[in-house]
Amino acid sequence: MSVDKEALAQDRIRLSAAQQRRRRSRSVALALILGGVVALFYLVTVAKLGSNILVRPL
Amino acid sequence: MVGEPTAISGVRMASSDRLEAKTSSDTDKLLGGEVGDYFALLKPRVMSLVVFTAFVGLMIAPGALHPVIGFTALLAIAIGSGAAGALNMWFDADIDAVMRRTAMRPVPAGRVAASEALAIGVILSVGSVAVLGLITNWIAAALLALTIVFYVVVYTMWLKRLTPQNIVIGGAAGAMPPVIGWAAVTGGISVESALLFAIIFLWTPPHFWALSLYRSDDYRRAGVPMLPVVRGVKETKRQILLYSIILGIFAPAPALIGMATPIYGVLAAALGVLFVWLAWQTWRMADDDREMRPARRLFGFSLLYLFLLFAILLVEQGIERVMT
Repeated sequence: MSVDKEALAQDRIRLSAAQQRRRRSRSVALALILGGVVALFYLVTVAKLGSNILVRPL
Repeated sequence: MVGEPTAISGVRMASSDRLEAKTSSDTDKLLGGEVGDYFALLKPRVMSLVVFTAFVGLMIAPGALHPVIGFTALLAIAIGSGAAGALNMWFDADIDAVMRRTAMRPVPAGRVAASEALAIGVILSVGSVAVLGLITNWIAAALLALTIVFYVVVYTMWLKRLTPQNIVIGGAAGAMPPVIGWAAVTGGISVESALLFAIIFLWTPPHFWALSLYRSDDYRRAGVPMLPVVRGVKETKRQILLYSIILGIFAPAPALIGMATPIYGVLAAALGVLFVWLAWQTWRMADDDREMRPARRLFGFSLLYLFLLFAILLVEQGIERVMT
C-alpha cells in the first residue's frame, strides 16, 4: 500500500503564529510546573525523613 | 487541497483554510488557550480565600508542621479547591454562558474546551488528595476529597439548579478549608475547627444573597433558582438580615470556649454589629432599587469581615506563640 506523503503533509493542521505562541507558553508553563513539583517532592521527602534520609542498607 | 476534509479528534473540517485559528473557533479550542485561561479555571479569587482560611486553621491548630510540609499541605488544599472550580466550570458552562458575570470564563468564552476543564479538574482532584494524604494524614485527605465531591456533585450538579437553598447547603464546601487545615496538623476534627466551619457556613448565605440581589437578572436568565428569583427581593432581604444576626451573635464564640482571647470576642462582636447594620440597610432598601448600593456594600464588607475575623485569630495565635 503506497502512502501519498504529500497529501498527508497537506492534510496537517497548520498552526497560526498566535497558536504557536500559545503552545510555546503552555509548554514552558508545564515544564516549570513539573520542575516545581519535582523540587517540592524532593524537599518534602527531606523534611519527612529528616536525618533518616541517610539511614539505608548498603 | 481546498475542500479536502480533515479529521481532528472527531471534528471534520472542510478545508485547510479553516484550520487557521482565526477562522475556526472549534480548532482554536482543540488547540488550547493561553496559560492564564487554564489558571482562571481554578477560580483564583475563590482560591485565595480558601488558602487564607485553611492557613489560619493550620496555624491555630495545636501542634506544628514542618514549614515545607505545611506549605505543601496548603498547596494541596489550594489545588483541590481549584480542581473543584474547574469541574464546576466544566459542568456549568451552559449557564455561565448566559450570565454576564461568568460569560467570559474560559469554557463558555470558548478559550478552553469543556473536556480539558473536566480532565484538569479530575487529575488535580486526585493529585491534591493523594499528596495531602501522603504528606500529612488521610483524615485531612478524606476531608479534602469530601469537600471536592460535595462542591461538584451536591452543590454544582444537584442543588444549584434545584433549590434556592443551594448556597446554604452548598456553603458547607466553602466552610471546609480551615477544618482541613486543622486536620492536617492534628489528624482529626474538634470543637474548635467545627466553630471555624460554622462561622463560614453562616457567613455564606448573606454574602451570596447580597450578590444575587443585584445579579438576579443574570440568575433569572440562566434559570438558576437563587432566592431573589424564586422568593423575591423582599424575602431575600429578610433572610439576609436573619442570617446576619445569627452570624453576628455566633462569631465571637471562639472567645467563649478559650480558643481566642476576649479581644477577639470584642472585635468580632463589633464587626458583627457593622455586618448587621449593613444587612439592616439592605433590608430597608426599596425592592425595586436598581442600583442596590446597600447590597453591594454588604457584599464588599462581607469579604473584609471574614478576612478580619480569621486574621485576628491568626495574629492572636502568633502573639501567643511568641510569648510562650
